[in-house]
Amino acid sequence: MAATPETEIVAGIGNDYKYGFHDEENYVFKSERGLSAEVVAAISERKNEPDWMRKFRLKSLEYFMARPLPEWGGDLSQIDFDNIYYYIKPTEEQANTWEDLPADIKNTWDRLGIPEAERKFLAGVGAQYESEVVYHKLQEKLESQGVIFKDMDSGLRDHEELVKQYFGTIIPQNDNKFAALNSAVWSGGSFIYVPPGVSIEMPLQAYFRINAENMGQFERTLIIVDEGAYVHYVEGCTAPIYTTDSLHSAVVEIIVKEGGRCRYTTIQNWSTNVYNLVTKRAVAYKDATMEWVDGNLGSKLTMKYPAIWLLGERAHGEVLSIAFANKGQHQDAGGKAVHVAPKTTSTITSKSISKNGGRASYRGLLEVAKGAEGAKSKVVCDALILDEDSRTDTYPYISIDENKVDIGHEATVSKIGEEQLFYLMSRGLSEAEAAAMIVSGFVEPITKELPLEYAVEMNRLIQLQMEGSVG
Amino acid sequence: MQWFSAWFGGFAAFLYPSFGGHHRPASMDLRATPSGTRILIMALLELKNLHVALEDGTEIVKGVDLAVNTNETHAVMGPNGSGKSTLAYALMGHPAYEITEGELLLDGEDLTQMEADERAQRGLFLAFQYPHAVPGVTVTSFMRSAINSVRKAKAGGDDPIPIPEFRKELMAAMEQLKVPREMASRYLNEGFSGGEKKRVEILQMAMLKPRIAVLDETDSGLDIDALKIVAGGVKDLVGPNMGAIVITHYQRILNYIDPDFVHVFVGGRIVEEGGPELAHKLEAEGYEAFTPEVVK
Repeated sequence: MAATPETEIVAGIGNDYKYGFHDEENYVFKSERGLSAEVVAAISERKNEPDWMRKFRLKSLEYFMARPLPEWGGDLSQIDFDNIYYYIKPTEEQANTWEDLPADIKNTWDRLGIPEAERKFLAGVGAQYESEVVYHKLQEKLESQGVIFKDMDSGLRDHEELVKQYFGTIIPQNDNKFAALNSAVWSGGSFIYVPPGVSIEMPLQAYFRINAENMGQFERTLIIVDEGAYVHYVEGCTAPIYTTDSLHSAVVEIIVKEGGRCRYTTIQNWSTNVYNLVTKRAVAYKDATMEWVDGNLGSKLTMKYPAIWLLGERAHGEVLSIAFANKGQHQDAGGKAVHVAPKTTSTITSKSISKNGGRASYRGLLEVAKGAEGAKSKVVCDALILDEDSRTDTYPYISIDENKVDIGHEATVSKIGEEQLFYLMSRGLSEAEAAAMIVSGFVEPITKELPLEYAVEMNRLIQLQMEGSVG
Repeated sequence: MQWFSAWFGGFAAFLYPSFGGHHRPASMDLRATPSGTRILIMALLELKNLHVALEDGTEIVKGVDLAVNTNETHAVMGPNGSGKSTLAYALMGHPAYEITEGELLLDGEDLTQMEADERAQRGLFLAFQYPHAVPGVTVTSFMRSAINSVRKAKAGGDDPIPIPEFRKELMAAMEQLKVPREMASRYLNEGFSGGEKKRVEILQMAMLKPRIAVLDETDSGLDIDALKIVAGGVKDLVGPNMGAIVITHYQRILNYIDPDFVHVFVGGRIVEEGGPELAHKLEAEGYEAFTPEVVK
C-alpha cells in the first residue's frame, strides 16, 4: 500500500498543466497508438468533460509516466505501451469479422451454448444485444427508487457533483502505476448510486448495459451505497471475451456507508493475450458489509487484489477469490483487508487451480491498525495443482499494530489424489470428468456464492478447461 | 447372445445348489439345457487363474478362479492380509494393482486392459471399504453425473436421465436404505460416519444398477441395525439383473445376505468352496483350519 497521501495528490492537480490544447479546431482526434498528453487531452475533449476531469487525467498521466513498472507480481516487461490504442480503436480493428476470431474461442462459445447475438457482442462484431428491452424495464424501476445506474461517462455528465465528490478518493490517481494509467485514459465502466435504505433485489449486471463501453480496456467504476442500502453488482461473464487489445486496466472504487451492504461479483475470462491489471478497493463504514467475489479464468497475466478498508466499527469485509491458471497463464490474485476501526471483521478465501504449466499465486494483505481493538480476520488459501509442470505460490503479507486481535491464516496445497480419481472412475466417470468434478467441488465454496447462471457456466467452463479443449 | 446369457444365468443359478459347489470348474461349465443337448455356457463374470501384483512386483493374488452370474451371491471370506481387498481393487481396475496373469471377463469381454470407468460402464460396481470424500460435490450431483456417464457410454452419446425420473428414483432408493433426505445435499462422504458411508455406497449401487457388484468389507464398522439395512439392500438387488461378490472377514453379514456360494480365500488363493454351511464351519473353526493347505 504505497499510496501517496491524498492531500499531496489533490494539491498536485492542475498545478503544472502546461499542454495547451485548448483550441478544439487545432485538434483533430485521430486514433494513434501510444500515450501522450495530446492523446489524454483529446480523450477528455472528445467526451466534453469538465475541466477538473481533464486536469485530473493529465496529472494522472504524469504519475503514470513517473512511476516505474512494479517489479513484483507477474512479468510486465512485454507490455508495449507505445503500441496500444488508448481510446478509439482504428476502424480496421474495430470491425472484427466473425471469420477472424480464433477457432478455440468460437468453439468454447459453441460448447457453452452462447446465443448467436450474444456471441457477436462478445466478439465485438455486433453492437446491440437483445437484452435492451430488459434493461429499459429495469432502468424504469431503478429510477423510481432513486437509484442511478449508468455508464461512467454518462454518470459524470449527468451527476457531476456526486462523481466529483467521490471519484479518485478511494483509489488515488497515484496509487499505483496502473491506477494512474486508468485515471488518465479511463472510458466506460459503471456509475451506481443507491439511496439510503434502498435494497435492490436483483443483481445489477454490467451485461445489460451493453450499449456503453463497459467492456473497454480502461473501464472505471464508482459505486456509492448509501446508509442501510444494498446492491449486488455483477460484471464480466464466464464466456471468453475476445479482444485484440492486449492491456486491460480497470479501476473500481466503492463506498459503503453506515449499515449498507455491497457485493461485487466479477468473472473475468479475457482471451489469453491480455494483461489484466486491475485495482479494486472499497471502504466500509460503521456496520457496513463489503463483499468481493472475484473469479479469474482468462488473461495472460492477471494482477488483482480486491481490497476492503474497514473504517467504521463492526464493519465486515469478505473476499472470495478463484483463479484458474492454464497453459501460459499467470494468475496473481488475492485480497486485502485493512482494519482501521474496532470490532471489524474480515474473511479472505482464495482457491486456485494450476494446470498445464500455469501459475497461480495468492497475494494478500492483512493489516490491523493501532486502535482496531477486537478486530477479527481469517485468511484461507487453498491451491490445487493438477500436474508437475504447474506452479503455485502464496505471498501473505501481514501487519498487525494492535494486540487485542484474533487473526487466523491457513494455507493448503493439494493434488488430485489417485484414490479419489479411482473412486469416481469406478462409478463410470472418465478420468477427465472425474478430475473436473474434483475441481468443481474444490471451488464450490465460491461458485455457490455466484448467481445461478454464472455458477452453471463456471462449472461448464471448468469442465472444458479440464478437457484441455480450451486454449 | 445377451438374452441368452441373462436367461441362462438365472437358470444356472437355480441348478447350482444341487451340484454341491465343491471344486466345480470355475469358468466354463457344460450343462444340460432343458432340451437335453449339451452346450458351452459362460458365466457373466469370470476370473481364470487371475494373478495380481503390486507396482513393486509383489504378488498378492496368486491364481483365482471364480464364476459369478446374476441372481447369485458369492461370499469371499478370508482373514486380514489374505489379499481380499487387492482382489476387489484389481477387479475394478485400480491402477496400483496389476493383473499379471490370467483372465478377467465380463460377458466374455476381456476387462484387463480397461480403465475403471469402462468397467463401470459395462456394469461392474465396487462398494468401497473406505469410500473417499469428494468435498464440494453433493451426493445428488455426483449420482446424476455418474448415471449420465454410464448412460452416455451405453447410448454412444449424451443421454442424460430426465431430472424428475432421477429424483424419483433417488428418493425411493434413499427411503428404502433409510438414508435421511438431507444426505442428498451433503458433500459426498465428507464428514459421514462409517455407517453413512456404507449406506451411501449401497445407494450408489441401487442407482447405478450394475450387473456385478463387488462389496469390499461392507460390513466392517457397522452396528447391527445398519448392517441389517445394508445387507437388506444388497439382498434386494441381487436378482435376475445382478449378481454379487461379498468380500468379508466375518460370517456376520452372511446371516442377512444368504450367500449361494462361499469361497474361503487365504494367502491369495481360494482354498475351499462350498455352500452357506461353509461359512458356519469357518465361524466355528476359524481360518487356521485352512491355512496349512496353503503352506503345503
